[in-house]
Amino acid sequence: MLDKTGIAKRIAKEIKDGYYVNLGIGIPTLVANYIPQGMNVVLQSENGLLGMGPFPFEGEEDPDLINAGKQTITTVPGSAFFDSAMSFGMIRSRKVDLTILGAMEVADNGDIANWKIPGKMVKGMGGAMDLVASAKNIIVAMQHVNKANESKLLIKCSLPLTGVGCVKKIVTELAVLDVTPQGFRLLERAPGISVEQIKNATEGRLVIEGDIPEMKIE
Amino acid sequence: MNKTVANADEAIKDISDNAVLMLGGFGLCGIPENSIAALVKKGVKGLTCISNNAGVDDFGIGLMLKTRQVKKMISSYVGENAEFERQLLSGELEVELIPQGTLATRCLAAGYGMPAIFTPAGVGTEVAEGKETRKFMVEGVEKEFLMEMAFDADFALVKAWKGDTHGNLVFHETARNFNPMMAMAGKVTIAEVEELVPAGELDPDHIHTPGIYVHRIFKGERYEKRIEQRTVRTKQ
Repeated sequence: MLDKTGIAKRIAKEIKDGYYVNLGIGIPTLVANYIPQGMNVVLQSENGLLGMGPFPFEGEEDPDLINAGKQTITTVPGSAFFDSAMSFGMIRSRKVDLTILGAMEVADNGDIANWKIPGKMVKGMGGAMDLVASAKNIIVAMQHVNKANESKLLIKCSLPLTGVGCVKKIVTELAVLDVTPQGFRLLERAPGISVEQIKNATEGRLVIEGDIPEMKIE
Repeated sequence: MNKTVANADEAIKDISDNAVLMLGGFGLCGIPENSIAALVKKGVKGLTCISNNAGVDDFGIGLMLKTRQVKKMISSYVGENAEFERQLLSGELEVELIPQGTLATRCLAAGYGMPAIFTPAGVGTEVAEGKETRKFMVEGVEKEFLMEMAFDADFALVKAWKGDTHGNLVFHETARNFNPMMAMAGKVTIAEVEELVPAGELDPDHIHTPGIYVHRIFKGERYEKRIEQRTVRTKQ
């Protein structure tokens, strides 16, 4: 089974040289730490920055320089600032190659729910609806089951949707799966996890073809 | 063309009860701190605030929530504010949550003189309920879009880094965020700046918002520029 770091490391392998990538809050933020050395990747922060760098050194925090999670950050050589309309302009016009975000639920048709728990969580969708509606490629980092051991990979989402038919790939603590017209296609197992365990943890349609390899993570 | 006013109190003096306001900023970054302080002091009530976030309990728009000056918030994300959540759950505060890109683009549309925009954000979700949709071909595939209307705000309160007496504005880093398009969208736009210079001192090539959009400008008395999430790394 993968921990959060493991999920982030596995997702980092999906990033290709030359990509512009938007990372959501939570596990997706960790992905930045595992982008292979020497690869040219530009991180987009939807509050208005291309070329997001690491956290500043203590004492060098700049209140005018934050990411979409409102954390203090830095720029990298070649960074650019812009306004929020342009930020979502580049997202909507599909200039951003890859969006990585978290989810509470995903359905086997690619629907995603990650912004609202009726009666409980009233925080808002932020940029998530814009991102999922327009992204060329969306990878979801999420837990396969909830604390009650109920699947979060469903036939149909029970929570209010963030977007319809948009998720392409999912990385959980148990598996890597693609979303296909036939449902979730199992691609890889987490270390020590059997196909049977993944079957039991998946409520939505699951396609298993041939031997499913164990994922390789350093 | 001198748009200069003495201070925040002077700049906001004609904002009255039930006004519709736009407030720039992302989280606590690039918010019109001095205009908010003046609104709290003036005590105007029944405000509708269009702003990406609602501040925190004791800073930003949170200060106006505490004093019950806000009737309605139109925002994309309103976490990190306990008082906000309390007023929302008790029904004291009306809230319309909309996607962040939709929020930005509805401001942009107002500033560009366009009545509406079409966006894919929210299609098939509760955001789309009751809204007109239209299909367009995108990269050879038919895709559904929502029609979203341009905002209609009485006042826009924005914060810039530098400005000149003509109202030309320059923003700094990610404190730019919603400020330029809100500046364009207000019927009356009030800009506060950290540094106010005579017209002619800013390089015309470097101006983000031309002064035609700005009606009043003043130098903010003080800037706290609070950091919401201080994250650092340690030197190796």
